[in-house]
Amino acid sequence: MKAVVLENIVKTYKTKKSTVTAVDDVSFSVEEGELFGLIGPDGAGKTSIFRILTTLLLADKGSAKVLGLDVVDDYKKIRDIVGYMPGKFSLYTDLTVEENLEFFATIFNTTIKENYDLVADIYKQLEPFKTRRAGKLSGGMKQKLALSCALIHKPKILFLDEPTTGVDPVSRKEFWEMLKRLKAQGISILVSTPYMDEAKLCDRIALIQNGKIMKIDTPQNIVNQFGKNLYAVHSEKMFNLLNDLRDYKKTESCYAFGENHHLSMKDEEYNLDEIKSYLEEKGHRRATIKKIDPGIEDCFMQLMKK
Amino acid sequence: MRTLFFLLRKEFLQIFRDKLILRVIFVMPIIQLIVLPNAANFEMKNISLSVVDRDHSEYSRKLINKFTSSGYFRLTDVSSTYEKALESIEKDKADLIIEIPQGFERDLIRENQSKMMISANAINGQTSGLAVSYSNAIIKDFNNDIRVEWIQQPRLNPFPVIEITSSNWFNPKMNYKYFIVPGVLALLVTLVGFLLTSLNIVKEKEMGTIEQLNVSPIKKYQFILGKLIPFWILGLVVLTIGSMVSLIFYGIFPSGSFFLIYLFAAIYLIALLGFGLLTSTFAETQQQAMFISYFFMMTFILLGGLFAPIENMPDWARYLTYINPVSYFIDVMRMIILKGSGMADLLKHFGIISLFAVVFNVTAILHYKKTI
Repeated sequence: MKAVVLENIVKTYKTKKSTVTAVDDVSFSVEEGELFGLIGPDGAGKTSIFRILTTLLLADKGSAKVLGLDVVDDYKKIRDIVGYMPGKFSLYTDLTVEENLEFFATIFNTTIKENYDLVADIYKQLEPFKTRRAGKLSGGMKQKLALSCALIHKPKILFLDEPTTGVDPVSRKEFWEMLKRLKAQGISILVSTPYMDEAKLCDRIALIQNGKIMKIDTPQNIVNQFGKNLYAVHSEKMFNLLNDLRDYKKTESCYAFGENHHLSMKDEEYNLDEIKSYLEEKGHRRATIKKIDPGIEDCFMQLMKK
Repeated sequence: MRTLFFLLRKEFLQIFRDKLILRVIFVMPIIQLIVLPNAANFEMKNISLSVVDRDHSEYSRKLINKFTSSGYFRLTDVSSTYEKALESIEKDKADLIIEIPQGFERDLIRENQSKMMISANAINGQTSGLAVSYSNAIIKDFNNDIRVEWIQQPRLNPFPVIEITSSNWFNPKMNYKYFIVPGVLALLVTLVGFLLTSLNIVKEKEMGTIEQLNVSPIKKYQFILGKLIPFWILGLVVLTIGSMVSLIFYGIFPSGSFFLIYLFAAIYLIALLGFGLLTSTFAETQQQAMFISYFFMMTFILLGGLFAPIENMPDWARYLTYINPVSYFIDVMRMIILKGSGMADLLKHFGIISLFAVVFNVTAILHYKKTI
């Protein structure tokens, strides 16, 4: 049985002036025990998909199943077996760490003791602060508490909507390690993130943009399918460099990527020396061009262009 | 049942943790009940009086004495002309001018009638209205006095005089506090029941915690009961504190039964909680909820007969008070506390408020959805 199946899901939001299609004919499935990532920028429709799967939102068209249960007909059963962590921190800030965890345990008819082993890894780090109010925790701690609360009833599947947004890099890394351990315990995980670097930590990913899924595959396969040489270009005048590279007749695309520009060329013949002399002509001294391996983000950009 | 218990425990934990709200809940009834009835006194005393006496006769002096000894007026200005007296009104030194024309006494004796003028500063309509009606009563009294005086030595057939005296039932001394305290009490219960409920539910929406609760096996009725029961209890607690304050500070002890007050308050609170719930289903933020609640509270209170008697309202406004739950509660509080009304007198009120409770709650529950 698949953990999650979406078939032709459409969700539109109507305002007086316009209709926004947040989820546009999306189909994908998540295997049991898989760590599946929805990767896409803000406003891509990730949260809407999560809300449809967690039975909070009704889709306009299409059907969705969570562990074989229909999100419309069996919504009550689904609510028993899923753990959901919304994008926004949504625990009681005026209750302590322990009270929050206890509350979420009790409303699922269980106790902290009963499932302690499941959250032990995470909760151990929180235990020194267990009498502190949740509102006074740091961002990373809040996420750990939220994950503990989503896990405390031993869900069969976890829905994590942008769990690492606004969290420092160290906590992010720790968080993903926890997800891996949870996966090892047989819990299926659907996670969304706007950070492309987190994509390679998933078993499979779906790249999503404007409510449409552009590609579903393993991170490695997606990178392999880039199918072109990619170059990192650097010079002293980075802004002019970007424009000049884009103006170059053989350039297919060029994007600013941190301290370098990532450049890919059209299929016709090209020559790196030719590019270099073109850049020198344009007044770029000490320009360096280096071949690099493409990342998920490069693939995303390439797919977006298509 | 178990889930409901945990929800209630969480709710009380949160209420008792919010020290500010908690203090307000307990201090508010005490302060409001002590301050409001003492400040909002409608009995007019010390109305500043300006006198223009152009007659300087025995009768004019007698009339002025009658004014000053009534206890309602305080002579603040004696002017020689009406224009000068008007100046004192302009300077806010006087609220009322009485002008006694020259020949007041002569005309009264010779022609059996005389004229005088009363001018009131009508910037505050209530003061001027009361001042004029007090004056009328004093002048009428004066008129009776002199007429009785003229009939010397009643013979076999005395001058028939019908004297009207009145006694005030249920509030013999016309103590304004007896009238306002039960009303303020009703107001306080309303505030807790209505405002806090709607704010509390919207807070869950605003914080996003409702999203977590919705993806859980909690049933709709459990969530709603978990929200309503704490404020139902708080409302009754406020009523108890308020009743104690009115007993200690004003010596007001209900003539009717305490049980009946609580029974009515219990049903009334269910109605109001339902209304608070309904408000919260419309509002997305606490600010919106606050504003909606404030609008209804103001309307309910101003149309509830707390300050302005409902009987004085125009017809259309009177019809509006029929759909105002607060007016029924204020009415019932006064009836039980002052009049000692029993269940038989209050059947209509009980029936209507129960209807409110059913309508508000059913609408709210239908409108509340466990989805976004």
